[in-house]
Amino acid sequence: MRRSRWWRVAAGAVVAALPMAACGSDDDAGGEIVVFAAASLTEAFTDIADAFADAEPEAEVILNFAASSQLASQILEGAPADVYASADTRTMGRLVDAGATRGDPVVFAINRAVIVVESGNPLDITGLADLTEPDLVVVTCAPEVPCGSYASEVFERAGVDVRPDSLEANVKAVVTKVALGEADAGIAYATDVFAADVDGVAIPDDVNVVAEYPLAVTADAGAGADEFVDVVLGSTGRRILVDHGFEVP
Amino acid sequence: MSGRRTADRARSHRGVGRERLPLPALLLAVVAAAFFALPFLGLLLRAPWGSLAEVLGRSSVRSALWLSIRTSVTAAAVAALFGVPLAWLLARIDFPGRGLVRALATLSMVLPPVVGGVALFASFGRRGVFGQYLDDWFGIRLPFTTTGVVVAQVFVAMPFLVLTVEAALRQIDHRVEDAARTLGAGRWYVFSRVTLPSIRPALFAGVVLAWARALGEFGATITFAGNFPGETQTLPLATYLTLETDPDEAIIIAMLLIAVSFVVLVGLRDRWLGGSRDVVA
Repeated sequence: MRRSRWWRVAAGAVVAALPMAACGSDDDAGGEIVVFAAASLTEAFTDIADAFADAEPEAEVILNFAASSQLASQILEGAPADVYASADTRTMGRLVDAGATRGDPVVFAINRAVIVVESGNPLDITGLADLTEPDLVVVTCAPEVPCGSYASEVFERAGVDVRPDSLEANVKAVVTKVALGEADAGIAYATDVFAADVDGVAIPDDVNVVAEYPLAVTADAGAGADEFVDVVLGSTGRRILVDHGFEVP
Repeated sequence: MSGRRTADRARSHRGVGRERLPLPALLLAVVAAAFFALPFLGLLLRAPWGSLAEVLGRSSVRSALWLSIRTSVTAAAVAALFGVPLAWLLARIDFPGRGLVRALATLSMVLPPVVGGVALFASFGRRGVFGQYLDDWFGIRLPFTTTGVVVAQVFVAMPFLVLTVEAALRQIDHRVEDAARTLGAGRWYVFSRVTLPSIRPALFAGVVLAWARALGEFGATITFAGNFPGETQTLPLATYLTLETDPDEAIIIAMLLIAVSFVVLVGLRDRWLGGSRDVVA
């Protein structure tokens, strides 16, 4: 039990911080579909890619997960992505504005911000107001990445003055620190509670933010990209997304 | 008995300066130099120089720079304090498990830094094998603190110092130390007045390497110490996060990092390592 938890945490940390390693592939290799997706989509898109591979044995899906904003920067730098799935519409907007997408982005999933606490909630955290406790180690994402701007928006709407101890580079890093017990609480997505060994404490709807996940095919994507998008938007994709804690539009 | 003279003797043995490089090797060397120069040239050409003053004037950038300087200098000093004795132990004392200790001391060089960060949690985190006692007994917590930044930097930087100093300790002429001992010098006297001065160039090279590694440290820091402006956000972390939203600004911050290390490396080399390039290389 302990062992598997360490494994997952270590793997999550590596996945979260070594995104550059995965973006060196060739562009027009036949049947290869390169998907750049927000870190919070890691589990869901891995399953969708498996389902896609079962249906289309010819195609090979290559997944690259990192902070949406970082992936957007990589695509703008010429990284060979065919499909881009972002955790917020603003970051997707950077690609649309730069003419790096083909067609309009489609919102395919909805996620909500949630307070993540250590498994079993040992400190009995019940809401945002508890996070203002000075002794509590609280981590959120940095304002540069979507989960960070959601966190500050939530704090502002709730009127709480939370002083995070660290502004993490992506949402998986927030969850990792809570799962390891190094942080007492963090702001992450509802889906992260499904994916990791942490518990979630809901944020009331009237102060919460709804994260819309848009998906787009990049300007110079191959034909396989549209097929992959169809699977994400279709019944298979929707079922998998719901299984991982997303809401679907 | 200066380090310079030891180095000179080593040089005359190996004939540095007399030999002419064969043409193929020369060509390869030029390619190697160009390989290092091109990325910096690329950055220089791409940097938005117009916004230089504005970005450098930001308090967030200045606090990251100041934090980077403070932590990396501290880390280099700590690495020297503990690393030199360790190098001496590895070079001079034949004890069972020496190979294992040497492997351990250099492990963090090959470990992906992020994994190093997770390893630091497992050891010095508040739930770590050692860190839980730090927390319970003394109330000391390392994660998310400036001290945690230094710990992460020492962890990845010390091997560079240990390897450099150990190699030098193996190369110096033991007879000089023997002579000092024969003349009645105590162990500490020989170590501080004979051994250390003879390896001075390697010692400085090791400290500078460790410092440079600490200055550029990213993965272990962001994992173990987190990222908070003024507390744990060093220049590499600031660069990385800025890259998410403003690549131009990130390039300027990166240039700042490069400029600081370049000035120090060039300056120290002339000052301390001028006559002993063979030891440094």
